[in-house]
Amino acid sequence: MDWGGVFSQAVTQGIGVQAVIFALAAIGLNVHFGYTGLLNFGQAGFLAVAAYALAVGVTYFGFSFWVSILLGLAGAVLLALLLGIPTLRLRADYLAIVTIAAAEIIRLVLRSVYFKKYFGGSDGLSDFSDTFYSVNPFKNALKWGPFNFSAGDLWVVTIGWALVAFSCLIVWLAMRSPWGRVIKGIREDEDAVRALGKNVVSYKMQSLILGGVLGCLGGFILALANQSVQPDKYATDLTFFAYAVLILGGAARVFGPVLGSVIFWFVLVFINRGLEESIRTGSITFLRAEQAGQVGYLVLGMSLMLLMIFRPQGLIGDRKEIALDAR
Amino acid sequence: MRTRAVAALAVIVGALAMTLFASTSASAATTDSGVSVSGIIKNTDDKPVQGVTIKVTGKDFTGSTKTDATGKWLVKLPAGGQFQVVLDEGTLPPGVQVSNGTTRTVNVFLGDNPVVFSTATGTAVTQSRASQILQLTIDGLLLGLVIALAAVGLSLIYGTTGLTNFSHGELVTLGALVALWLNNGRGWNFVLAVAGSIIICGALGGVQDRVLWRPLRKRGTGLVAMLVISIGLGIFLRYLFLFIVGGNTQTYASYAGQAGITIGSVSITPKALIGTSVAIVLLFATAYWLLRTKLGKASRAVSDNPALASASGIDVERVINVVWILGAALAAFGGVLYSMSVGVNWEEGNAILLLIFAAVTLGGLGTAFGALVGSIVVGLAINLSTLFIPTELKGVGVLAIMILVLLVRPQGLLGRRERVG
Repeated sequence: MDWGGVFSQAVTQGIGVQAVIFALAAIGLNVHFGYTGLLNFGQAGFLAVAAYALAVGVTYFGFSFWVSILLGLAGAVLLALLLGIPTLRLRADYLAIVTIAAAEIIRLVLRSVYFKKYFGGSDGLSDFSDTFYSVNPFKNALKWGPFNFSAGDLWVVTIGWALVAFSCLIVWLAMRSPWGRVIKGIREDEDAVRALGKNVVSYKMQSLILGGVLGCLGGFILALANQSVQPDKYATDLTFFAYAVLILGGAARVFGPVLGSVIFWFVLVFINRGLEESIRTGSITFLRAEQAGQVGYLVLGMSLMLLMIFRPQGLIGDRKEIALDAR
Repeated sequence: MRTRAVAALAVIVGALAMTLFASTSASAATTDSGVSVSGIIKNTDDKPVQGVTIKVTGKDFTGSTKTDATGKWLVKLPAGGQFQVVLDEGTLPPGVQVSNGTTRTVNVFLGDNPVVFSTATGTAVTQSRASQILQLTIDGLLLGLVIALAAVGLSLIYGTTGLTNFSHGELVTLGALVALWLNNGRGWNFVLAVAGSIIICGALGGVQDRVLWRPLRKRGTGLVAMLVISIGLGIFLRYLFLFIVGGNTQTYASYAGQAGITIGSVSITPKALIGTSVAIVLLFATAYWLLRTKLGKASRAVSDNPALASASGIDVERVINVVWILGAALAAFGGVLYSMSVGVNWEEGNAILLLIFAAVTLGGLGTAFGALVGSIVVGLAINLSTLFIPTELKGVGVLAIMILVLLVRPQGLLGRRERVG
């Protein structure tokens, strides 16, 4: 049994690409769910739009890398508007159903043969990340203690954590501003805020846009880390993982999603790799190799349930601040 | 009152058993001595296609054959078991494609087992527009009934408890899996297996409510929290199914590749016809239960206003428990009906969950009859939309329609108007 290797992989993923992607996605969700009380289950759609705008912009339209990034950000804003207009006047559960449906629509369109010319079908697109890697200052892989990153990953992770820090700063500044107090007021009592003369729908829309744009940064990182985009990477499961990360860390806290993402991915990778290793070396015989990956999803489902039942505020949240009831 | 509910369920299951028994005796007459798989390949003009290679592989067995001048093919097998039948697409004449997939996994035990490969032309649609619309309408109604069986339960549960249950798809899958286990694993007669699955799943639905949801309601867990819990439960159950049964799509041993009967220009398999009839009977029985029986009326009263219902002497928790049993039982039959055409799979329920939600949302959250109407609309829309958009995008069309309907009529087609948001 190579427990050192398992631990090293878990640490590497716990501060690596996975943790960064889901920290960003969950920071966006934190603005939606944690601060505004919006049940957005279509976060995968925001990541998909950003990643594909980057890929399609470079490969199909021949735009430069940075123009394509702007295209992705604009795409996330547009998606927020499209989602918000029909649903923000409705009850919370309607928003949940519509957003989950919209994310699925996006994935189905992206993987369709009909639009293969633009989006590459189920194989997706690649060859759009050269500009990003050409400015990579890291020349060598990092191997230090349990940390083990290739030069490319090191660059992605560095940029990723810079984006996480930047997003946290934005959220912190936004939520201590008057705007943030209105947003939190909407979460607590929408009617009261409306009675004060605020345009609740407009504030919700702004929150949906801000959270969508912050979340879509995770889509860029996911696309760049893989150097390709595939539609099925942006399935509904991605949103559920982001929720698990958010609730574990603590919603309505600036650092909740970051803490949640690091711990969640460390534990999940540790369990998965540990099981795979045990099966490989024969210490566990009652599982088949492919079942090790399924255990990760069992853990995801269980942790969502148990957290929401016994500790909805997560590790560092405040129970009074979590929007647990539909309006 | 409890005995009456059980009696009603028994009557429904009995009716189901009788209708399906009638068909078992009819199809048993074709039994042969040797085990084989066979079929006919025809193009869309109903002309036989010669020289198509079919390969059959299984445990310790590989065989292949070509279709003869009448388009027929037959591969004899050493014994029963699970086999993979693959049509070699390269041997098809130009312009002809297989429209329902080139690979089939079949479980054969006795006799000759037909395997159906349908063809389509790559360029022009040869079927006349009218008969095409008719066929799509029939397929749409079938899918609509499957969705309705699940949607009515989802809607009743939402109405009585406010829970948006994202794990309802797993109730559908469970029904299909239990029937598969009873039919293939334990060798039960198919009708008994289906009846058994409905009873077991109904009971498990009741247990789920007692063990999980009732305690949560008691401690005042919020609706959003319960929604997230149902998502967690759904993921957990889905991967538990995968963990236990594996990722393959399996078919029921009985009636695996039944040939369709053609009426005019449309074709429908006898099993689908019988399954549909039973589904309609079950839905009518549910409607009767809701409108005429004391417990059904009580459930509508709870939907309207739980506090008022409780004050007027209705045992709200018991009504909710019965609604869970009914919802799970209906979803189980929906799962069986769906699996008879597409096979049993660990995530089949989750695959149609969004369609179920679309149906419920279209009809109006919490109204059982709205869910029924919404389901038929969704079933028809998803099939008829293929006349205008590529088949792979048919799900997109329906979900887009749902979003558009929410724009103009947020309460759904049959929902009550109330101030939301």
